[in-house]
Amino acid sequence: MRKGEITKVSGPLVVAKGMRGSKMYDVVRVSDERLVGEIVGLDGDLASIQVYEDTSGIGPGEPIFMTDEPLFVELGPGLIESIFDGIQRPLDIIKEKAGDYITRGIEISALERDKKWHFKPTVKSSAEVGPGDILGEVQETELVVHKILVPPRVQGKIKSIREGDFLVTDVICTLEYEKEKVELTMMQRWPVRIPRPYRERLAPSLTLSTGQRVIDTFFPIAKGGTACCPGPFGSGKTVIQHQLAKWADAEIIVYIGCGERGNEMTDVLLEFPELKDPRSGEPLMKRTVLIANTSNMPVAAREASVYTGITIAEYFRDMGYSVAVMADSTSRWAEAMREISGRLEEMPGEEGYPAYLAARVSSFYERAGRVKTLGKPAREGALSVVGAVSPPGGDLSDPVVQATLRVVKVFWSLEDKLAYQRHFPAISWLNSYSLYIDDVADDLNKKTAKGFTDLSREAMKLLEEEAELQEIVRLIGVDALSPEDRLILEGARSIREDFLHQNAFHEIDTYASLKKQHKMLAICMFNYNKAKEALKRGVAFDDIVKMDIRDKIARMKYLEESGMEKIDGIREELTAEFDRMIRGDNIERQGDEETKRRGDRETKRQGAKETERQGEER
Amino acid sequence: MIKEYSSISNVAGPLLLVDGVSGAKYEELVEIYTGTGDKKRGRVLEVDRDKALVQIFEGSTGIDVQNCRVRFLGKTLNIGVSTDMLGRVFDGLGRPKDGGPAIIPEALLDVNGAPINPTARDYPNEFIQTGISSIDGINTLVRGQKLPIFSGSGLPHNRVAAQIVRQAKVLGTQEEFGVVFGAMGITFEEANFFIQDFTKSGALERVVLFLNLADDPAIERISTPRVAFTVAEYLAFTKGLHILVVLSDMTNYAEALREISAARKEIPGRRGYPGYLYTDLASVYERSGRIKDKKGSITLIPILSMPEDDKTHPIPDLTGYITEGQVILSRALYRKKVSPPVDVQQSLSRLKDKGIGKGKTREDHADLFNQLIACYARGKEAAELAVILGEAALSDLDKIYLKFSQEYEERYISQGEYEDRTIEQTLDLGWELLRMVPRNEMKRVRDAYLVRYYDKKSK
Repeated sequence: MRKGEITKVSGPLVVAKGMRGSKMYDVVRVSDERLVGEIVGLDGDLASIQVYEDTSGIGPGEPIFMTDEPLFVELGPGLIESIFDGIQRPLDIIKEKAGDYITRGIEISALERDKKWHFKPTVKSSAEVGPGDILGEVQETELVVHKILVPPRVQGKIKSIREGDFLVTDVICTLEYEKEKVELTMMQRWPVRIPRPYRERLAPSLTLSTGQRVIDTFFPIAKGGTACCPGPFGSGKTVIQHQLAKWADAEIIVYIGCGERGNEMTDVLLEFPELKDPRSGEPLMKRTVLIANTSNMPVAAREASVYTGITIAEYFRDMGYSVAVMADSTSRWAEAMREISGRLEEMPGEEGYPAYLAARVSSFYERAGRVKTLGKPAREGALSVVGAVSPPGGDLSDPVVQATLRVVKVFWSLEDKLAYQRHFPAISWLNSYSLYIDDVADDLNKKTAKGFTDLSREAMKLLEEEAELQEIVRLIGVDALSPEDRLILEGARSIREDFLHQNAFHEIDTYASLKKQHKMLAICMFNYNKAKEALKRGVAFDDIVKMDIRDKIARMKYLEESGMEKIDGIREELTAEFDRMIRGDNIERQGDEETKRRGDRETKRQGAKETERQGEER
Repeated sequence: MIKEYSSISNVAGPLLLVDGVSGAKYEELVEIYTGTGDKKRGRVLEVDRDKALVQIFEGSTGIDVQNCRVRFLGKTLNIGVSTDMLGRVFDGLGRPKDGGPAIIPEALLDVNGAPINPTARDYPNEFIQTGISSIDGINTLVRGQKLPIFSGSGLPHNRVAAQIVRQAKVLGTQEEFGVVFGAMGITFEEANFFIQDFTKSGALERVVLFLNLADDPAIERISTPRVAFTVAEYLAFTKGLHILVVLSDMTNYAEALREISAARKEIPGRRGYPGYLYTDLASVYERSGRIKDKKGSITLIPILSMPEDDKTHPIPDLTGYITEGQVILSRALYRKKVSPPVDVQQSLSRLKDKGIGKGKTREDHADLFNQLIACYARGKEAAELAVILGEAALSDLDKIYLKFSQEYEERYISQGEYEDRTIEQTLDLGWELLRMVPRNEMKRVRDAYLVRYYDKKSK
């Protein structure tokens, strides 16, 4: 093995001499402790190396060992349910080997080497196979069938292929290509900084439903799309990322905790095995891969973690799955770039960030997409990316936000103003946007009901009108508004509170299917339109806002998915109530009011007991 | 092998450059002997071939390029730790300052620590009752959390911190907290306030104090929180104690870091702070938490004064991104004589959801605090409106909310420095206040809890 010699150590950056012949982004081992590093600059005989581990106690004169290959990830059965650090070392195994703290120079292979997987071939011997062809399957977890693919750039005629229980390093298939024998294992390797190839990019047209009402109804993301959620601290970025990781209807989730809190990763680790996938009933962990490089772990590995994550995601995409990547937070990744760049003494761009920041950000998001994959049988895969951005002080002029907004198609603007009012998710309905809205409209309407997108457009119009009216209210008071305008305020308030507000920690409200979302929004709008009609026909505004049924509308979010028909009941009640008011029954109503109210309270109490009982049963 | 050099070529601020060094290591500890016989300590920030850049903890006063000798100790900054440290006072680098005997170390630990493996962490979910309604009820603190106090000059952050230290307990256990207190650049009076308070409550023998006061060397401050955490880790994870770490004031720490960065001529990030401020702060804050199968825990309360009360200043901003929430003190409330003046709208505890509820506080806690906050926010909006249009212009409902928000500040948030409320008292007070608002406005509360708590007549 070729060796170099360290001449300079400055934090995570090491400079070494005698490095002629190395390539950019080659992995090296630093000092006799064999810390992992990557070459990020070459100057004649000298190489600048970013080191993925703490460099305390390292000094000039110590050796550098060259591996002459770039940073790889290992791809194969065993990825799902794992938790890796930024350079794909399994953290649970590190814990077994090194204890509660991450010490240096640990060498562990990413995929477990002594676990056997049952491999079932799906192609016959003597078949001709090429890059991306499915050779066979491994049932990795209850939720994931791991397809074993022919690696890119490999082809040939199958000489032998066998079924059985194998290690990831065992040869399962041999090919012959131009008289050369090629042995294939279940595991393949791929350099993280190079996107995996596919046959053809497709335009996104399917919606990635997330169970979050404000997202699915107003700012949907497409399968294969990109989204970002910038926001100041405390606005709920991480909660949104977690909610998406839990409820998005993707087949595989790759969650990258990049430079964030250790306890957040622990939360995912403890919670995901407990949570059930609403579609299959299996624990969510069985479709999840975690990459954790928390804020106190070495900064250079943080830089690599997003690439490690997206490469794993691409691998599953190539199997024909819909994969969603959550990156929390891309700002920490950019900061890691800034730190390394500063140590390399590069000329900075904005705010000290390197000049290539925007290029790196956009090439990362561009690895998302809906594709026709390589290989037979023909299949489609999708890779969606949702990145959190943590701009300083929530200031959207931050270079990372700006670089991100230029490339992503969905922008969920998180605002602290909403968070202070405890309106969660604190996604601003006025500033956010989704450019997929037209692409996925057909799909959305198909999955809910005809006219759903029209309904959401109508609701959004109401919210926009509210914003305008609020300006006036702020100046001259609500009394100065006409009853019609006050009704708009009421209608918008109902959408905000009864529909948009969603409690991620409520056992039922945390997830709403598209169907339920449609029913809920329809009721809100139905109520508003009915009220408008009643107002026109002479019913007093005050009587409309006093209606008891508003309480039921407010509570429909807590109805279980199986009890969704109850929402239709509300519609009937609304119709009856409004008809009575329009007919002018309110005189008669007043006398009865007391008895009626008592009766109502009785039923409410019954209802309460029932929900409580259900709650306890759960 | 220990090597000594007298080849200082350059001194700039707290940094000195030593030439002709061989075998120096990054982060290595050095001792500097000045011509007058003083001994200073420092650490290696960078080694480039035979040049070592050394940061001097005590500052560079008295250093010259001719007579000074620099000794490389061949190890990183270590500290000897022991349970005997409880009840003692040390300087910012961990040397006894109270005139007592030297510590006989039970273990020698690197002050930089190592990152906790995320898979080894246990999620913080044990409720800590601080006896302060605005924290227990709204921004619940849990064991292993890091919850900073964002304050400003002239606000009573020290009193709030002292009250937490005094009153903090975990319900149903008799375990007491050990306290590790790291003072960075605070005045003698502020430090003395804590010492007096610890003495008065009899807590002093459970406290380890690291004092780097305003007139102590600024560069030493960079090591103070690390030294404090090294001791805290030992006491918590080796000795099984529950440790509360209080660091005051992180703003001074960050400024010391900026001084080093400026002396090294690094490219500055925002407001002259180095680009790695986030990573550096994280390497301190993230040392708190809980570890699976370990009895002890580290709960962290860093105090930082926001320059100009600006929450978007880099120090509070980056801190907020690392810590699990923040308690923000409000000048407006302080002027209204609300004590403690906790701004409940901007404050947040991210871990509260796992620390509250049935078996921890009470089943209705989550719904209750959501409702309280929503009502208070509405009341504040009404108050704003009333300023512009006069109270008469408000709707009847808004008037109720306005009244509610005033009562809420006066009775719920404000409680005085020595009132220790149980969580039951805090929750019941919340319901009592909510009864001012009509029942159909209780949208954030489950029916069952409304029946059980809202409808229940107060005794």
